[in-house]
Amino acid sequence: MALGTLIVFAVLGLVVAGSAIGMLVSRNAIYAALFLVLNFITVGVLYLILGAPFISFAQVAIYAGSIMVLFVFVIMLLGAEQLPVQEPLRGQRWIGLLAGVLFLLEAGAFFYLRTSAPRWAAEIGFGFESPVVVGRMLIEKYLLPFEITGFLLLIAVVGAIFLARLDTPVKGTGLGRHAQIGERKE
Amino acid sequence: MPLMYYLGLSAFMFTIGILGVLLRRNPLVVFMALELMFNAANLAFVAFAAFHKVLDGEIFVFFVITTAAAEVAIGLALIIAIFRTKHSVDIDQMSELKG
Repeated sequence: MALGTLIVFAVLGLVVAGSAIGMLVSRNAIYAALFLVLNFITVGVLYLILGAPFISFAQVAIYAGSIMVLFVFVIMLLGAEQLPVQEPLRGQRWIGLLAGVLFLLEAGAFFYLRTSAPRWAAEIGFGFESPVVVGRMLIEKYLLPFEITGFLLLIAVVGAIFLARLDTPVKGTGLGRHAQIGERKE
Repeated sequence: MPLMYYLGLSAFMFTIGILGVLLRRNPLVVFMALELMFNAANLAFVAFAAFHKVLDGEIFVFFVITTAAAEVAIGLALIIAIFRTKHSVDIDQMSELKG
């Protein structure tokens, strides 16, 4: 293995791990969101190294772009960036840490007790996993799941608008959930 | 790069995500930790796809990303609705349905 590849992977891996830990320990939700953006972009670079440009740009555009903008917007809208000071979940913290350590130990045990040696990923040829191939596969082999995903997004948009709309009726229209319920009761 | 490095990084990210879900009490941060776990699974998917030269893994990552987008939209709308009624986003106070 080329030393350069290892150095690049080590730097990217350190950034991924560090930003994940930063998201976990930062007290301010805005900082957590920004750490998560850094994490997503770095994982997108890892996807590029793995030869998946389509997924990489989808990751940066959808995850690091729109989803995190939504998160930051809601955090600022609710003013929920500061965490409450009191921490009544004493036991849960230790259980969570114990579960995490157990999971890492299991991963380590799997790594050291495996029966086959780790293999190297072969060099990825040009043209493999290009966006053309991915798109062709998406609308030929996976056409039905693709359509179902579109329908799911439509349901999510309608549901989000329904859940997040204001309860107070808009003047003159008589719309609004509570207004209608109140009228029905009377 | 060996496949094992990518899987190790993915497992580490998943562990951090589990810890975030269990330890943090701000529901927005819990959501972010969920996204981190999605991301870890996606990294494992793409690494396996590149290793075995099978494109289906990447297609699944695409589906996971779109499903996560839908889930975030619904979840944040729910958090906003809960905030409107309870004027708080502490996850410990969301226990109205407890028997």
